[in-house]
Amino acid sequence: MSSAAALPAPRARGAAAPALSPWGLAAPLGLAYAAFFAAPLFMLFAVSFYADEQMTRFGLDQWRRFLFDSFHWKVIADTLLLGLKAVAATVLLGFPLALVYRAASPRWQRVLLFVVIMPLLTSVVVRTFAWIVILGREGVVNQLVLGLGLAAEPLRLLQTELGLVISLTQIEMPLLLLPLLSVMSRIDPNLMDASASLGASPWRTLFRVILPLAAPGLAAGCLLVFASATTAFISQSVIGGGRLVYLPSMIWQQAMIAAHWPFAATAAIALLVSVSAVIAVIAYAGRVAGGRVHG
Amino acid sequence: MAWWLRKAGIEGETRVQFRPVPPAMTEAASLRGHTLDVLGLGVRYGAFTALDNVGLSVRAGEVLALLGPSGCGKTTLLRTVAGFVRQTAGRVLIDGAGIDDLPPNRRRVGIVFQNYALFPHMTVAENVAYGLKARREAAPRIAARVAELLEMVQLGALRDRRPAQLSGGQQQRVALARALAIEPSILLLDEPFAALDRSLRLDMQIEIKRLQRQLGLTAILVTHDQDEAMSVADRIAVMRRGRIEQLGAPVEVYDQPATLFVAGFIGTTNRLPCTVDGMARLRLADGTPLPVPAGALPPGPALLTVRPEQLELRDEAGPGCFPVELGLALPLGGQTVREARLADGTPIRLTEPRLGAIRDLGARAFCGLAPGARPALFPRPTPEEE
Repeated sequence: MSSAAALPAPRARGAAAPALSPWGLAAPLGLAYAAFFAAPLFMLFAVSFYADEQMTRFGLDQWRRFLFDSFHWKVIADTLLLGLKAVAATVLLGFPLALVYRAASPRWQRVLLFVVIMPLLTSVVVRTFAWIVILGREGVVNQLVLGLGLAAEPLRLLQTELGLVISLTQIEMPLLLLPLLSVMSRIDPNLMDASASLGASPWRTLFRVILPLAAPGLAAGCLLVFASATTAFISQSVIGGGRLVYLPSMIWQQAMIAAHWPFAATAAIALLVSVSAVIAVIAYAGRVAGGRVHG
Repeated sequence: MAWWLRKAGIEGETRVQFRPVPPAMTEAASLRGHTLDVLGLGVRYGAFTALDNVGLSVRAGEVLALLGPSGCGKTTLLRTVAGFVRQTAGRVLIDGAGIDDLPPNRRRVGIVFQNYALFPHMTVAENVAYGLKARREAAPRIAARVAELLEMVQLGALRDRRPAQLSGGQQQRVALARALAIEPSILLLDEPFAALDRSLRLDMQIEIKRLQRQLGLTAILVTHDQDEAMSVADRIAVMRRGRIEQLGAPVEVYDQPATLFVAGFIGTTNRLPCTVDGMARLRLADGTPLPVPAGALPPGPALLTVRPEQLELRDEAGPGCFPVELGLALPLGGQTVREARLADGTPIRLTEPRLGAIRDLGARAFCGLAPGARPALFPRPTPEEE
């Protein structure tokens, strides 16, 4: 709604044309959001304040149960940590790739862009099962490791956090790279030449010029990766398995298996709040960096 | 300065603001500068030759302009000296020592870019300090040097602004201060005035020239603007298709163009088709003999390139005069630029002093070489050669 309202107001061309206010133009989407986003969210809040499973009376019982159990705090921490690990891994692999993209010829840039976007062109489920094939006991990685004699027995990658982070890195990579590449390709190449001519080493140029100027794109990418990785229910449950508990799978268990909607609603709001809090921090950091560039 | 004033009259530009550099400053120069030698430099991109066996020497404390149309290789030459482009042949020497194997950050070559390339996320002072920090100088020394440089370019008051908050001229001064901060052995100026408006451009040209003289800097100026090259440079290298066509002082390049291209590129030129006969005499297409020595030119078709100020109008026919039909007159202060046509339709341009009455449009008159004029003569090129 707010983004539609921020657009410049269309001018009425002739007197006969009915004057459409920007609010009028935004109304269809606004109503859809109100009906299918705001209302369910409100209902979610309402449900979390039922005291019992059968939803007969109101009370703070579910909130008390959730917040005063250290296990739930550990699940929140694990979920946020998983997001941060996925962000760290995508940045470590994605930023160098963005540098390569910058330096590449237009033809190679097209090839790289295609490779980057490719994960988005396949379904999450397919990608996730592909990672099972790669990471499993008889998978590609283990066959390679055993074949090369690097380990005596198969590595345990499936149903570990390491395996989950590896697959999330590949799955979320486009979300980091798309905003990053768009910002990076707008950096004036003369700035790198100017930096070098002033005696700066390539590393200095990277940290003092490229990185600060790429910060807004990097922050936007990190934000998307974090939000996506912490809520990646399919990857978390298929690759992480039952032993790794994250908030999305906990919500699913409570809602679908235990049929305890009030508690599921409480956990869902906890996920929403905790992920939003971290996103706010990342966005603030990006704005500070971006403000320094564009102010 | 005579050549310059003459040109100013022809072009009719607003040159009133020009203040010549005081002679005291020019004498102090050339002691601290470094020399740059380019030997047989070649740069190829696949089948395309950007630079072809280019050789030139820049003397200490001299400003050399690389002048030419876009795509002539002048920017490639500059970027090769800076180390951004690796040459396929030849060498670059600073003070006689080869710098070919040094990366750009070890060459101590300062550059002012066309778009200034200021770091947008840093303040003016941080931009100027950048090179000093990269050299890991002590903080108090950096602060003192930054203050000194900002004082020099008169930007002390704006030290905490960001580049986006500065005007074009101010940005250029920051770029200059930033490049000078590292005490470069050679200063490279890549079309530094192109983005400035006309009056500011002249101010900055004077400013840069003043600093260059004051500091005894050796500088290379890349430009496609001949006025800029003439007013700023001590010598001009006219480039075309990756080669140097002529290298010389501005007056020399203007008065004695080495090639037809140089004659046409620098200043305004009339090209009069003529023939050299068997007795080494020059005749216009209509047969008028011209008092110009054919020199070593073999008999055959030739082209005489005459500057507008080398021609004059007369009322009476005389030796070496040819009839013309007068066209438009543009009164530009003390002189009038006059368009005219030869009998065969060749358009020419000439200047008249505005003493008497201006001759009428369409009137007939006679045109001849001004006394002492020494126009340049070239063999007439075939259509392919042009």
